[in-house]
Amino acid sequence: MSDATPAFAPLPRLRLTPAFLIGATLVGLHVVVGLLTLIWTPYDPTAMTGGRLAPPSLAHWAGTDRLGRDLFTEIMIGARIALSVGIGAVAIAAAIGVTVGLLAAFASRAVDDVLAATLDILIAFPTLLLAMLIVAASDGASLGTAILAIGIAASSIVARLTRILARRVLAMDYITAARVSGTGWLGIVRIHVLPNIWPTLIVNFALQFGLAVIAEASLSYLGLGAPPPNASWGRLLQEAQATVYTAPFGAIAPGIALVSLVIGLNLFADGLRDVADPTRRRR
Amino acid sequence: MSLIDLAAVSFAYGRGRKVLDGVDLSIEAGRNLGIVGESGSGKTTILRLLLGLAQPTSGKVTFRGAPLDPRNRPFMRGFRRSVQAVFQDPYSSLDPRQKIADIVAEPLRSLNVETDIDAAVAGALASVDLPPDAAGRYPHEFSGGQRQRIAIARAIVSEPELVLADEVVSALDLTTRIRIVELLKSLSARTTLALVSHDIGFVALLCQDLVILEKGRIVEQGTARDILSSPKHPYTQRLLASTPRLPEFA
Repeated sequence: MSDATPAFAPLPRLRLTPAFLIGATLVGLHVVVGLLTLIWTPYDPTAMTGGRLAPPSLAHWAGTDRLGRDLFTEIMIGARIALSVGIGAVAIAAAIGVTVGLLAAFASRAVDDVLAATLDILIAFPTLLLAMLIVAASDGASLGTAILAIGIAASSIVARLTRILARRVLAMDYITAARVSGTGWLGIVRIHVLPNIWPTLIVNFALQFGLAVIAEASLSYLGLGAPPPNASWGRLLQEAQATVYTAPFGAIAPGIALVSLVIGLNLFADGLRDVADPTRRRR
Repeated sequence: MSLIDLAAVSFAYGRGRKVLDGVDLSIEAGRNLGIVGESGSGKTTILRLLLGLAQPTSGKVTFRGAPLDPRNRPFMRGFRRSVQAVFQDPYSSLDPRQKIADIVAEPLRSLNVETDIDAAVAGALASVDLPPDAAGRYPHEFSGGQRQRIAIARAIVSEPELVLADEVVSALDLTTRIRIVELLKSLSARTTLALVSHDIGFVALLCQDLVILEKGRIVEQGTARDILSSPKHPYTQRLLASTPRLPEFA
């Protein structure tokens, strides 16, 4: 290191890639729309405000459904439901998955083997199938049940990823150095393990968020998600199925909303990894 | 005065064969000790026992005469403050997500050492010839030699009585190696060093006492001067004979 080194190193520049900006914009747009529905929507989502299956117009940007309700209003409310399910399911998956994954990583070999085998069995079940089983076993379809079911189903994937990442970190010399420095196991988790696995986990959470949105839409499509009058994108797609050839916008509009949110989440996740990982920043 | 003693220590991983067999050694305050042996001789296992990271299968490890007991937290806190370590690989021994200030300060924070942490970190960095602004950077911004200096700064920040170093120069190029040796030499004025290495030439530069290890057993120990001038055990003689030398040209 030369003597010319400045007294204070400049702050590292964050890599705001075009993909990250597109992702953040798409997700941000859905968040703004979802929050906006708490105080304002163009029309009452349950009111018949136009003709049945009317095409898009200035009055109804996405047209109307088969009962004459404004589709754009329903899609806006669908964004709020999708985000609620994503946040709730990822929070549940993270809480259960990270805890179980860390316990497995720190556990004795016998306990780890049992936990790893259990996680592998749970992962063998498709998320949607597991969620359907949990919804079927509960009192009935509701938004809360869907969130719980998707969250529990996703937790096994998060747990396995956490276990693999944590074990890799625990094998590093800096963990031995931390033990020699007197850092206890909880401190090692907080100071070393979580910060080192966080960039990969956050990407996985964003992917799980997208999968949760798709899973909720699928459950609603099958009648196991948010019940009417909740305007889930899956229910809108299911209702548009019968008229897809005569009024395709009924399926296209919620489809675009769903795809744009999932793509936005994936791009946003990649950008977040760059921000969270100092080794990926430009010098 | 003896800092750490290993008395008739044996160690085996699980039910496997013994990695160490009846090892007796003592680290005296103010006298650097070199533990020399080839790969698989049990050097790293001895280091783990000396650091209290593993428990012997039989025998006793004592610090200032008291047995190392991981369940005795107050005792272990004092032990950790007194005994620190530097590891072989400067790339994996520093947490890539921590700034240097946090890496160096970890022993102070974990051991609740009452001191001005910023000043102590700056002092430790200065001791290893790194500028104060290094504290605000991440490990990937430094070369291998600089990283090893950072690891040494972390080891000395709590002002330990003993620093154990595991093959500290083996991952470094020759010129960086020389600088680290000079640094360790200057540090040995304020702390005792125990160096674990396969390189008898390197430890002989810094240590007054040597222990020669072969297949988990100590085959020779004594002062570096005696062992280097008149090695008694054939293994020690082979180790010395295999030390690389430049060819002589007429």
